[in-house]
Amino acid sequence: MTDPSKRRGRPEPMQVVKGRRDRALRALVDGVPWIAFLGIRFERHGDELTAVMPYQEKLIGNPMLPALHGGATAGFLETAAIIELSWSTLWEDVESGAIDLNDPAVLEGLKFPKTIDFTVDYLRTGLPRDAYARARVTRSGRRYASVHVEAWQDNRARPFAQATGHFLMPST
Amino acid sequence: MAPPYDSDRVKRAKQFIEAIPYSRALGMQVEEIGDGRAVISMPYSEQLVGDPRTGVLHGGVVSALMDTCGGGAVVCHPRSGGPTATIDLRIDYMRPARPGERLTAEAICYHVTRSVAFVRATAWDADKDRPVAAVTGAFTFEMSNSEEGGQ
Repeated sequence: MTDPSKRRGRPEPMQVVKGRRDRALRALVDGVPWIAFLGIRFERHGDELTAVMPYQEKLIGNPMLPALHGGATAGFLETAAIIELSWSTLWEDVESGAIDLNDPAVLEGLKFPKTIDFTVDYLRTGLPRDAYARARVTRSGRRYASVHVEAWQDNRARPFAQATGHFLMPST
Repeated sequence: MAPPYDSDRVKRAKQFIEAIPYSRALGMQVEEIGDGRAVISMPYSEQLVGDPRTGVLHGGVVSALMDTCGGGAVVCHPRSGGPTATIDLRIDYMRPARPGERLTAEAICYHVTRSVAFVRATAWDADKDRPVAAVTGAFTFEMSNSEEGGQ
């Protein structure tokens, strides 16, 4: 067992750190049927997450253009926001080893933040191709949190949708 | 004068909405549509659960139903002459939808300008008296030719 607190001074091997973080992320994301339904996966660089929603025909809302369905875009943004908020809340405890998300008992007791409200701006047509999103926790309190999230396709500087949401944090 | 909302148009609107790939993937069914108002429902499905610990549908499912219903209310507005796209949508989640129950949304397009349609919508599960979520949204709007002066 790796206990980071007992390794003062000597950094842990990179594989150990990465393994712990990746397992924590998988524990959060795997097993959520909705995330699988939309085909969303998360890429991680350090603590930064990028949500990826690969294109699928079923995500289309306007077959004439064609364009992604506004509901698919909204669902993608809300998923990215909730996972980022949970991830950033858990990050320190995962890093310190205080909690182990691979422990089924811990996972069972884990609660996602609840969305209070969510506002989506549709800036451009969502094209029939992969979409990416990054969320930022703009305010994180004991009870309430605010998250901003942006989604883009080909060009990071030209988001096709953005959203702001307020969340109720799980009581601990 | 706006053309009367005949049953053929209703049937076409229903077919059109139910043929949208994403609406089909979620199993949406148009219950009522016409005159700037739409009612659409969808079944509960385990595939759409947002938290496996509670079995509650993900908020994105409710958003999708509301967005589709809002768009439906816009295109069946008596002055509508074309397709629509969502400009913005705000959803308030009032309570979790109960696992296993069908979701229904009703949207009303309560005002249109030359280029924008304003929509309000609510959604409920088996208990219609206690809404699950409420929406306000703005959609793009194209007036029918007869409204614009018969061009």
